[in-house]
Parts: sequence; structure tokens; C-alpha cells
Amino acid sequence: MASLDPKLNETVAELVGRLKDKPGALLPILHAVQDAVGCVPPEAVPVIADGLNLSRAEVHGVISFYHYFRERPPGRHVIHLCRAEACQSMGQRGLEAHAKQALGVDFHGTTPNGAFTFEPVYCLGNCACSPAMMVDGELYGRVTPARFDDIVSQWEKR
Amino acid sequence: MTSPITIYVPRDAAALSGGAEDVAHAIATEAASRRIDIRLVRNGTRGMCWLEPLVEVRTAAGRVAYGPVTPSDVRGLFDAGFLTGSEHALYVGPVESIPYFARQERLTFARVGVTDPVSLDDYLAHDGYKGLARALAMTPADIVKDVTDSGLRGRGGAAFPTGIKWKTVMDAPADQKYVTCNADEGDSGTFADRMIMEGDPFVLIEGMTIASIAVGATQGYIYLRVEYPHAHRALSEAIATAYAKGYLGENVCGSGKRFDLEVRLGAGAYICGEETSMLESLEGKRGEVRPRPPLPAIKGLFGQPTIVNNVISLASVPIILEKGSAFYRDFGVGRSRGTLTIQLGGNVKRGGLIEKAFGLTLRELLYDYGGGSASGRPIRAVQVGGPLGAYLPEAQFDTPLDYEAFSSIQALVGHGGVVVFDDTVDMARMARYALEFCAIESCGKCTPCRIGSTRGVEVLDRAMSGQNRQANLSLLEELCGILADGSLCGLGGLTPYPVLSALRHFPEDFARNTPKSQR
Repeated sequence: MASLDPKLNETVAELVGRLKDKPGALLPILHAVQDAVGCVPPEAVPVIADGLNLSRAEVHGVISFYHYFRERPPGRHVIHLCRAEACQSMGQRGLEAHAKQALGVDFHGTTPNGAFTFEPVYCLGNCACSPAMMVDGELYGRVTPARFDDIVSQWEKR
Repeated sequence: MTSPITIYVPRDAAALSGGAEDVAHAIATEAASRRIDIRLVRNGTRGMCWLEPLVEVRTAAGRVAYGPVTPSDVRGLFDAGFLTGSEHALYVGPVESIPYFARQERLTFARVGVTDPVSLDDYLAHDGYKGLARALAMTPADIVKDVTDSGLRGRGGAAFPTGIKWKTVMDAPADQKYVTCNADEGDSGTFADRMIMEGDPFVLIEGMTIASIAVGATQGYIYLRVEYPHAHRALSEAIATAYAKGYLGENVCGSGKRFDLEVRLGAGAYICGEETSMLESLEGKRGEVRPRPPLPAIKGLFGQPTIVNNVISLASVPIILEKGSAFYRDFGVGRSRGTLTIQLGGNVKRGGLIEKAFGLTLRELLYDYGGGSASGRPIRAVQVGGPLGAYLPEAQFDTPLDYEAFSSIQALVGHGGVVVFDDTVDMARMARYALEFCAIESCGKCTPCRIGSTRGVEVLDRAMSGQNRQANLSLLEELCGILADGSLCGLGGLTPYPVLSALRHFPEDFARNTPKSQR
């Protein structure tokens, strides 16, 4: 198994040390690691498992269960496009096709320039302003293909 | 020196999604350049989403609203004299006289849109913490009795009587008990939890504190979905303030009782809105469903007696304690007491949040409140109760929104989400989506859900490509029966609702072939 580079190792160990005594500490630790380094790299698993006295398989099983945790770093920004029913009733399917073409990637893909990772999401709670999308935690409503292009070009510069 | 003029621009995510942040910034800048002294309050939303961003100005005649406002409208609003409530193209009048709002019965949402959500002073000035004050003077058994007598049933969707759940936890002997709030709100088409957490987080904190005192719990967790960063910020801010002012911690309001509260983030798994799966996730595990019994009330988080309640259920507790069980019970019909927070979304002209006593019909909701479809085309179907709720045709639009009436037509009120579709909807695609969603989100613990959802998509695809259509549709119905009877929890158990209701009420959409590209 590849070992973590020393700086990452230190970061993960520090987060584990700080959070491991919380009851049910694994999810808070995984969130903290992903917040700090953009993903939960496979090399971090032994460090986390060791700190919590779990097997590596148990930690891996939790990471792989949740859609939100990723093992590889995403693009500079993550676009979440809602696929749920309310958005579908307001033209989401056309928007999704447009987005895939505009970005040149399918769901879970990262654009070749590394600017965006494109993910589906099942409801952002903005169903009265459908269709909705989120970029790095910022929510957008009433998204048309033209507005999508606009939002993407704004974020591309950030 | 005159006092500053108060202007309200919501901080709710729906308003922000339409540009409220830029509007707030433009107003502050414009006021500064005109040397006008204003006080900008970032309130919650009034729930009239089609008017968001909705800007309100406090005038001598009350709060006057303008919307939907874009940054480029701001200069014109100042020119027109909106600070004194003058006419303007975006003028919608005194906000509480707008019929959509005026006809509601806002109990749980009484403060949402009115106050500054993270201001404890504002909360206290609007009757906040009166319920807790009364609860602290009561015995735990009396608190539980009040909640039971109010008729409050779990607003997450299962509609189990809240007081009975509390009594079970109260009566269970244990050194450590927990109060957990299910804020996973993964049901698509629903946003009431989000709006109350962003618009009045203290009411949830107060409700959980009352619950902790009633059952003798000292630790609470709010399990919040990661898709709600705005709610996370509002809750974190409010919890920190509640600790600083002695409303949380080792000595709640000087009562000598301890209650600690923490927000825990989910990680994008729909199934974690199921209560036992949520408990597994809180314990740091895969969110796999637990078989019941034992009930979480007896053996819940870390094996201890645990309350698991939805956000709206807990946020309804303070007003019940403040005004008494009879006050709350007097709203509603039959066995559905109190108010339902309806979330109207999708293809509808006036979408938003409507809190109203149980008993409103779908037709009143869709046309009197919603104003018909957004597209102007006829409304063909509505889905009520999230992704596992039934699709209803126009013939059922006179059904009143109450638990029993919906259950009698094989439908669910659920968490009160209502999603509207016009006549361009293809119901075979919606049925396929329901099965696909179940396959994506299944936790994998039980076979009917894990395998059945995938087989369901395949069987439906075969039917829709014209292969043995009738035989495959019959097979799909049979498969739905297995899912309904054999699944451990509601995900597999209820996925048949949208599928079978689509088949039953819209058979014509299953009678023609769907090209593969359009599934």
C-alpha cells in the first residue's frame, strides 16, 4: 500500500487525534479529512482505522457507502445538479443533457481542464424554484441552459 | 437623529438561489451612497418562493414587500421611495395581507420570515422559550401528556403519535438517553425542515430541549444532510448562542438539568432519513437499516433509549407547551390534528410553503394557492409525500390532505411535499425514475429492495420497448408486491407507491413504446 505523504499523514493524524473521542467519531473524521484535503485518499484509511481501533475494511466500507465521500480529489469546483421529480417537472432532463454537453463529461466526471467535477444530487430542497443546482455549496434556482452557462463561466474564473 | 429604516432581505437558501445576497449588497451600497441610515436584517423566507428574493421594508403601515427583486431593480426602488412603502412595479403590498400568506395558519412557522433567525433577542421578543419555561415547571409525565393530548404525529412521514414515543423513552430505565432530530430531509419535493432550520433554528433547539427534559436525556444530536450548508450555518450559530446564554449546557436556564446538543452531518445517503439507518450513521457506521424490534425508543443510539423525531415534529413542541395541548388539537380534522406544513413545488405558478390545518384539498392547494401550473398547461399529475409517494390524477384532486384520507386512496401525506406536473409528463418515465432511485439509494441490507429495484428497471424497460408488454407489466406489479411485503424499511416498501399509482392512473403512458434515449 502506498504511504501517505508526510504532510498529509500529519494532517489526517491530527484530525483523528482531535475527533476520535467523540461518540461515533468516524463520520465527523471523514468529513474533516475531506474538508481539509478535498477527498479521503485510500492512504488515509490505515491512519483512521488505527486511531479508532477499527479494521481498514470497516473504514473503507463506510467511505464507500456514502455518495458524498470521494477517494480522489475533485476538480476545483463541484457542480451538483438536482435530478429529482420537481426539477424534472421544470425541464431538468433537457438541462442535464445541456450540462453534459457543455461540460463535456457525464455524471461523476471531471472536466479535462480540471475546473469542474459534475455530480448528480437527489434534491437540494429548492423545489419551488426548480430546476436547481449547487456549486461548492452555493445554491441556484430556476436554472435554464443559458443561466447554467452563465454560472459555469463565473465559477471557471474563481 | 432619526432611527434607521429596517429592511429585510432573506438569508434562506431559496432566496439566495435567486440572488438575494447580491440584492442585499446592492441595497447596502445604494443606501450608503445616498447617506440613508438603514438596518439590514437577514430574515428567513415567508415561503412565497415565486416572489423571492422578497424585500420587505418596515414602514408606519407595517412591513411592505417588493419582489422578486434583482440587483438592477434596487436603484429604481430607492428612486420610487420604497423606504416609505411607495408604489413600484415590484410592489406586492403589506406582506401579511397577501392572500397566500394571510390564509395560512402559522403555528410552527410563526416566526419564520418575521425575525432575524440567529438573534436570540428577536426569538425571545416573539414568544421564544415560553414553552420551555412552562415545561421546566411541569413534571416529565405532564409534559409527555401535553404532547400526547395535542394529537401531534410524526411529521417525517410515518405519522406515529409523538407523545407515545416520548412516553416509551421516558419509561425506559437507563443511565444515558438521547434525543435525536432527523434532519436528513432527503425526500425530494420537501423543504420545510430546511426552511425552519434556516429561518428559526431556536425553535428546533427549544423543542429538543423540552424533549430532553421530558424523557431525561442529556445529549441531543441533529442529524443534518450535507446538502444543506445554509441550515448548517444557521444551526451552528444558534447553538453557540444558546450555549453562551445558558439555554444549553450543564444547567439549562438555571434548572440544574443538563442538555448538550450537537449537529452531525450526513454524507449524501437518502436511506439515512430512515430512523434506524440514521442511528447507525450517527454511530459512525454504514447507514444500513436495523430490523425492528427493538424499537429505537427502547434500544436506539449506542443501544440506549432514544427519541428520533423529525424537525417539524420537534419544532411544533414549543407552541404546544406554550399554549397547551387543546390549542394545537383544535386545528385539523379527524385523527390528523394540528397543522400540516405543505411544500408546493415543481411545475406550479406560486410554489412555496403553506402551513395550514389538516383538511385542505389538493384542488384548493393547486389552484387557490398555487395558481395552476407554471407552464400554463393543464396539471396532469401530482406526487405527494416525496419520492416514495403516489402519483395522483385529477380525479383525486378533491382528496383532503389528512393522513387517513390519503391512506384510503393508497397514497401518503408523508412529509407534506406536493410536486406538480403538467400534461407533458411521461408517467412511464417517472415510474422508471422511482425504481432507479430505489436502486441507487438502497442500503443493500435486504434482498427485495437491493435486487428488486434493479430488476424492476429492467422489467419496465423491456415492457416499454414493446417486449411482451402485458406480461412484463404484470411481472412488474408482482415484483412491487414483493418489495412492499418483503422489504425491511420504507424505501423498498414504498417504492411501489409511485410505480403502481402511475400504472393504475396513467395506463395510456405505458401503452406505447419509449425510445431508449428517452427513458
